[in-house]
Amino acid sequence: MATQKKALLGQRLQRLEDPPLISGRGRYAADINFPNQLHMRIVRSPYAHAKINSIDTAEASAVPGVVAIWTSDDISDLPPIDFRADKSSEELKPFRQNVLATDRVRYVGDPVVAIFAEDAYIAEDAAELVMIDAEPLRVISSADEVPGEFDDGLSSEAGLLTHTYGDVDAAFAAAHTVIELDLRTGRHSGVPMETRGAIGVYDSENDILKLYGAAKVPHRNRDTLVRMLERDEDKIELHEGHTGGGFGIRGELYPEDVLVLVASMRLGRTVKWIEDRQEHMMAANQGRNQRHMVKIAVDSDGMILGMEDEFFHDQGGYIRTHGANVPNRTMCMLTGAYKVPAYRALCHLRLTNKTPAATYRAPGRFESTFVRERLMDALSVKLGIDRIDIRRRNLITANDMPFSIKFDEAGVEDLEIDTGDYPALLEKALEWLKWDELESDLEKRRANGEMVGSGIGIFVEESGKGPSDGARISVDENGDVEVLTGGASLGQGFETTMGQICAHALGADYNRITVIHGQTNLIPYGIGAHAARATVMTGSAVNVTALTLRKKALELASEMLQMPADKLEIVDGTVVVADNPAGPSISLAEISRRTEGGLNAEDFHKTSESAFPYGIHFAVVKVDPETGRIDVERFMVAYDVGCMVNEMLLEGQLVGGCVQGIGGALYEEFVYSEEGEPMAVTFADYLMPTLDRAPTVECLITEDAPSPHNLLGLKGGGEGGINGVGAAIAGAIDQAIGIPGAITQLPVTPQRLKEIFNKS
Amino acid sequence: MAKRSHVTTTVNGDEYEFLCDADQTLVNVLRDELELTGTKEGCSTGDCGACSIMLDGDLVCSCLVLGVEADGKDIQTIEGMAPSADELHPLQRNFLEINGLQCGICTPGILIAARALLERNPDPTETEIRFWLAGNLCRCTGYDKIIRSVQAAAEEMRKG
Repeated sequence: MATQKKALLGQRLQRLEDPPLISGRGRYAADINFPNQLHMRIVRSPYAHAKINSIDTAEASAVPGVVAIWTSDDISDLPPIDFRADKSSEELKPFRQNVLATDRVRYVGDPVVAIFAEDAYIAEDAAELVMIDAEPLRVISSADEVPGEFDDGLSSEAGLLTHTYGDVDAAFAAAHTVIELDLRTGRHSGVPMETRGAIGVYDSENDILKLYGAAKVPHRNRDTLVRMLERDEDKIELHEGHTGGGFGIRGELYPEDVLVLVASMRLGRTVKWIEDRQEHMMAANQGRNQRHMVKIAVDSDGMILGMEDEFFHDQGGYIRTHGANVPNRTMCMLTGAYKVPAYRALCHLRLTNKTPAATYRAPGRFESTFVRERLMDALSVKLGIDRIDIRRRNLITANDMPFSIKFDEAGVEDLEIDTGDYPALLEKALEWLKWDELESDLEKRRANGEMVGSGIGIFVEESGKGPSDGARISVDENGDVEVLTGGASLGQGFETTMGQICAHALGADYNRITVIHGQTNLIPYGIGAHAARATVMTGSAVNVTALTLRKKALELASEMLQMPADKLEIVDGTVVVADNPAGPSISLAEISRRTEGGLNAEDFHKTSESAFPYGIHFAVVKVDPETGRIDVERFMVAYDVGCMVNEMLLEGQLVGGCVQGIGGALYEEFVYSEEGEPMAVTFADYLMPTLDRAPTVECLITEDAPSPHNLLGLKGGGEGGINGVGAAIAGAIDQAIGIPGAITQLPVTPQRLKEIFNKS
Repeated sequence: MAKRSHVTTTVNGDEYEFLCDADQTLVNVLRDELELTGTKEGCSTGDCGACSIMLDGDLVCSCLVLGVEADGKDIQTIEGMAPSADELHPLQRNFLEINGLQCGICTPGILIAARALLERNPDPTETEIRFWLAGNLCRCTGYDKIIRSVQAAAEEMRKG
């Protein structure tokens, strides 16, 4: 594909979405109210795993203001929460979650009863009066213990998944050195600052069900709801308002979304549900929790011959909308930026009695980069080869591109990396950091008794996975431009990104652009904002649509101005003669006024290929030997994004992701007791990075490897900030404390670090 | 139904009267009774700072204050931050220009807390900003642009 020249792209334009947000005029789910609305409260299981004997709602029903109370018996006609269409898998279907638990509960927080009342306080008071009588069952508290039963006669091991290529046994037989590690990543999640919320409205006159508070994938959730509720596509609408962060976990289809919709129809009143924080910590998707038993074979020069991994994926109580996506991405991306001739990964996908797991920003990649880079650090020590050099030797190079891996298993997706020059980014980053100086400075400080060290994490990201998205752009008679998309905004700057691409491609005035997203009634399709798709897929759709509209406008202007179209260009919403500003001109508004049907276009971007950005993370940490406290002194992100739309927004994604990753590397963990009791259900227990602890993250953004799969060369930026954080921090702590390979588990809390000190 | 209390307060310079339940928190009163939804509720335990407001000149988490406690007091919220409809507070303007926000849900609380800091300390060091705002969680930005926004606003305000 030809690439367009850059004009507006990359510029630090101010965000289109901000004015309401800085004045308190944002409209998030909790801010939306309808007349005569009911409030829903969920009674959640206090048991981690139990058989329900009976549920007594009599006392709760008697509370004045309670309108209805539902158990699973009241909605027995509803199917379980379905997988998204593209993730359907027959073998995994028995592990789906019912909208309300039927005979068993499988984690503390599992929805059992729904209460509908006149206000939220009444609903909450009534919820406390519901009595659940249940018989506790054996609690499966981790994925690496002996499996139990998910249901009568159904093992909690939902699947054994594999990804294989090459002759792994031969690779290990021929190895000069083999390293084996046992590594764990803790249970983390996105924990957006806005909890979830859902408002169900039933328009009885037109028989339309409307869901407010939708996010991330409104169209895909609409499609799932169409299947689950057996309604026509135009009889369900999803509406996204302002959304207070997503990170992969917000906006998936959850039981509460289905409940407010069905209740609004059956009770004949609007139903509002706003999650409280404690609920969020036990009900919203979690992730990351894996244990890897991994080994790597190398020759005497440290060249990788093969890699083998057996890991346990802690799925929690049910398999939610993503199916087995996270373990599959873990296996697919484990080899990362290195040439690995032979590879075998085996995943035990196991249900446990914890909050269900699904995708959290860089799903499977934060985990696999930690595992892979721990191996590289271990190799460096074992072979006495510098840790940069061992990586440099094994990197996939620009000459290897496009780089593809075909897995032996039928039905397993191949990995097709489009472009990249990993060694070049490494050299650039080392120069940018003045790596040698940094290293000798740290060495001096260590010699003076300080516990300081640096670490590195190299990774490949995936973005913009197809299949297609479209956009509609129209210019009205006043010259205002509307960009209508089926995309989604979780706060990442979606409107700005689309507006900037449209202004760039069309020649429109950026400040006259309005971007619409997340309204399924306005446009029939939309890919949503997930897996770094928004900029690549919807952005490319906006780009091609703007180019189509530009061509149309120039043809119309050519007739109106009696000038050949190829002598014209569009600048800030006006068609002018190129190189002759004093010549004839006509505004897009005027063209729109004089054109029957107005000035508008619709076009699509289709691809079957992903775009693969890549990056390197460097961390410098200081450890307090007394307390085990770890401070991140510096963090540096080098990232190639192919083509940058807005530098300020991309920095925001990288820095924000990075600090979130520091949380997962050092502080955050959903800890459960042996009995399956969640121990971290408030911000006092689930510790996220605060302003006094977050470092100033430095960014080196490059555009050396544009993607050939779209006109602008776009690659995604949403996950590059978090991917390598665990890996880089682990390496840095190892060096700081002078114990190679000490870090085998994330997060590295002060308690865990003290244990390491005590053992050594 | 329990007796509701009659409360009189001043919010952003305007006098308000309302009835509230004994157990109703101030953040819920502001949002549900007075329809001032700019103040956000992030955790209900005083850990995240999203609901920060000024109560008689003190920076408080309005989820930890009862509505009845506001009787006779002066409240300032995000809705009253801009001097006029077409003029923003320097903090708001710098958050816009420097991208000190992403999803925006923590932003009202951070703006209120930052203004409280600059009123007490017009020339804070970076460390002072970090510690003052340590009680305001943000999950999107990684904080750096928030600090830059506050620093830029402080400088602008010092110049008058």
